Amino acid sequence: MNKITFTIDGHTVEVERGTTILQAAHSLGIDIPTLCYHPDLSLHVSCRVCMVEDVRSGRLLASCATEAAEGMEISTRSSRARRARRRNVELLLANHPRDCLSCYRNGSCELQDITFRLGVTKEDVDRLRGEQRSFPDDETGPALRREPNKCILCGRCVRACEEIQGIAALGFAGRGFNSIVTTAFDLPLSEINCANCGQCSAVCPVGAITEVSEINAVWRALEDRDKFVVVQTAPSIQATIGEEFGLEPGTVVTGQLVAALRLLGFDRVFSTEFTADLTVLEEGWEFISRIEGNKDLPHITSCCPGWVKYAEHNYPDLIDHLSSAKSPQQMFSTLAKTYYAQQLGIDPAQIYTVSIMPCTAKKFEKERPEHRDSGYQDTDAVLTTRELARMLKEVGIDLVHLPEEHYDSIMGSQSGAATIFGTTGGVTEAALRTVKEVLTGEPLDRLNLGFLGRKEAEVEIGGRTFKIAVVSGLAEAGRILDEVRAGRSDLDWIEVMACPHGCVGGGGQPRPNSKAIMDKRAQGLAQLDRSNTIRKSHENPDVIRLYEEYLGEPQSGRAHELLHTTYQARPR
Amino acid sequence: MGCICGQDKQSMQAYLQPLQQVLNRYAREERFLVPILQDAQEAYGYLPAEVMREIARSLNISFTKVYGVATFYSQFHLRPRGRNVIKVCTGTACHVRGGGEVLKAIQNVLGIEAGGTTPDLEFTLETVACIGACGLAPVIMINDDTHGRVNPENIKSILDGYRQPVHTEVAAG
Repeated sequence: MNKITFTIDGHTVEVERGTTILQAAHSLGIDIPTLCYHPDLSLHVSCRVCMVEDVRSGRLLASCATEAAEGMEISTRSSRARRARRRNVELLLANHPRDCLSCYRNGSCELQDITFRLGVTKEDVDRLRGEQRSFPDDETGPALRREPNKCILCGRCVRACEEIQGIAALGFAGRGFNSIVTTAFDLPLSEINCANCGQCSAVCPVGAITEVSEINAVWRALEDRDKFVVVQTAPSIQATIGEEFGLEPGTVVTGQLVAALRLLGFDRVFSTEFTADLTVLEEGWEFISRIEGNKDLPHITSCCPGWVKYAEHNYPDLIDHLSSAKSPQQMFSTLAKTYYAQQLGIDPAQIYTVSIMPCTAKKFEKERPEHRDSGYQDTDAVLTTRELARMLKEVGIDLVHLPEEHYDSIMGSQSGAATIFGTTGGVTEAALRTVKEVLTGEPLDRLNLGFLGRKEAEVEIGGRTFKIAVVSGLAEAGRILDEVRAGRSDLDWIEVMACPHGCVGGGGQPRPNSKAIMDKRAQGLAQLDRSNTIRKSHENPDVIRLYEEYLGEPQSGRAHELLHTTYQARPR
Repeated sequence: MGCICGQDKQSMQAYLQPLQQVLNRYAREERFLVPILQDAQEAYGYLPAEVMREIARSLNISFTKVYGVATFYSQFHLRPRGRNVIKVCTGTACHVRGGGEVLKAIQNVLGIEAGGTTPDLEFTLETVACIGACGLAPVIMINDDTHGRVNPENIKSILDGYRQPVHTEVAAG
């Protein structure tokens, strides 16, 4: 028998051996408060907020880390358990700034919620208040900012950075009262091997790590009569932003999103999926020429800026394997200030390009000196899903109840292939759909590569078998790149997404951000792909028109000038 | 690349030579991090950033992790230490017999606070809770020498005995 029976608050429960008290309580509908616990990360057991009482022994147990045992009698609500939780929260608050009112996480802070839930009072905290930490903020950007004084040392960011991303740019330093989560020698995140993926900010329960906000810059541009403000929305946003307005994860709100952006005052509302289709063509052609010349294989995707920076730090010797195609965001912005400006007869200096991204690394990407092919900084501002939601809420735009609208033309149409860019395996499937049709004239069967971690598959195209791998999470990417470096040469194509499950799990997505939620978001995108009448990038009419009227052919001289980029080796 | 202190590659290689000898004594495994840090500190007198970065690289662990371990243990020092380390006892017996005045006198003579190091790297000043020689209170230790029944007046001559002959002037803070 691999089941055990025990009681929680008088209810008898039967659970699999190995189930923690926290999990068992959850299945009964009892939500024990937690702070350091995160379902996707290893146990840390440092916050001691999830205390329950073992009724027989009177011992207090951390429910996140204690497995239920046969015959155990647990109380989640005894006065000892409640007092212990409260005291532990009071101790955290005793050394926590009291600027909740102006904190970025006001209203979405887990510490604030738990303080309220447990009924902790100001008097309780004042009794314990003593010396306060005073560490400087890291505001060097361009993607992430840290306020170490708000840190509660739960270690979720430390575990995310090490376990999911394999970077460990953040770690614990010092000891006792002086403990702090920081980088080596407190170097700013902008000066180290941080990939700017923002997974730390996605799991931080408080306001210690957040994205660098560009909300004010975007408001200024929207209010500037001389600026023509163009916005692009990344594929994943339509399936995630609804969460900020109380919708279930995975609810698709494409039409409402477009309407909301028009209401905010954007002059044109476009979809990054247009340039995702373009990326498929440019990268697909690049892949075909690499196969034909048997050069720089495996071909490795480059649309994820967190992955690109990670590769530059850790695998500079494999940089030639990265596709030179720009990311869809950067292709879009470049074209907005060249092709679109010309079509509309507007001075590109007047165009201000904003992108709505699931991602904090996109904020870094737009600042890269390589991305000025339009003669200006191609992308002017990047807002995360969370930042856009804040702007909408500030002015009372209730996204959920807006009538659906369509993207503007001539950079607004998209294929289903582009939509699935927002999840792992999507880029690969989109590209192979086009590659196969170009090479053989036959359509590709559905691959369904979306998943967590790593997956390999073999795809037959025109009598040749291609070996492809799709990975998400940089720790996993590092393992496959180590194999390539060590001489593994049977792979033809590797797709890498820095964040778990790809962009739906991006560092700029709504909180909470867990695997279960990411799954639902990915399902939302897959459904969109199925329902789209155009499912192949090369059939996107706006893309066909762009090549006919402006670029010529994929990989043409002009395409190379505007749509491709270079990379640089960076120190580890 | 990897250099944050402006040295060129060749001089950096020479600078890291003593570390390479330390690293050669161990398998490149994370579990040897503490002994490697100890030996590196022995070789350099403290743990410079570049040395720790190289240790991280060679053990294939993150620089931040090495920094975390080095800042956890009080035995590790991230700033250069003086050629002579002064430990002033601030235990009960020494305190009663004027240990506080002795500490002030040393701070005045050297122009540094407890925990500091003189700019000429001659002296580092530290306080300790008890040396275990209460009968000699107030007590200070300089390197491995114990000096008992010290007083603010004879401090200067005791310290002078540890200065290198070439450095005669008192370093100003």
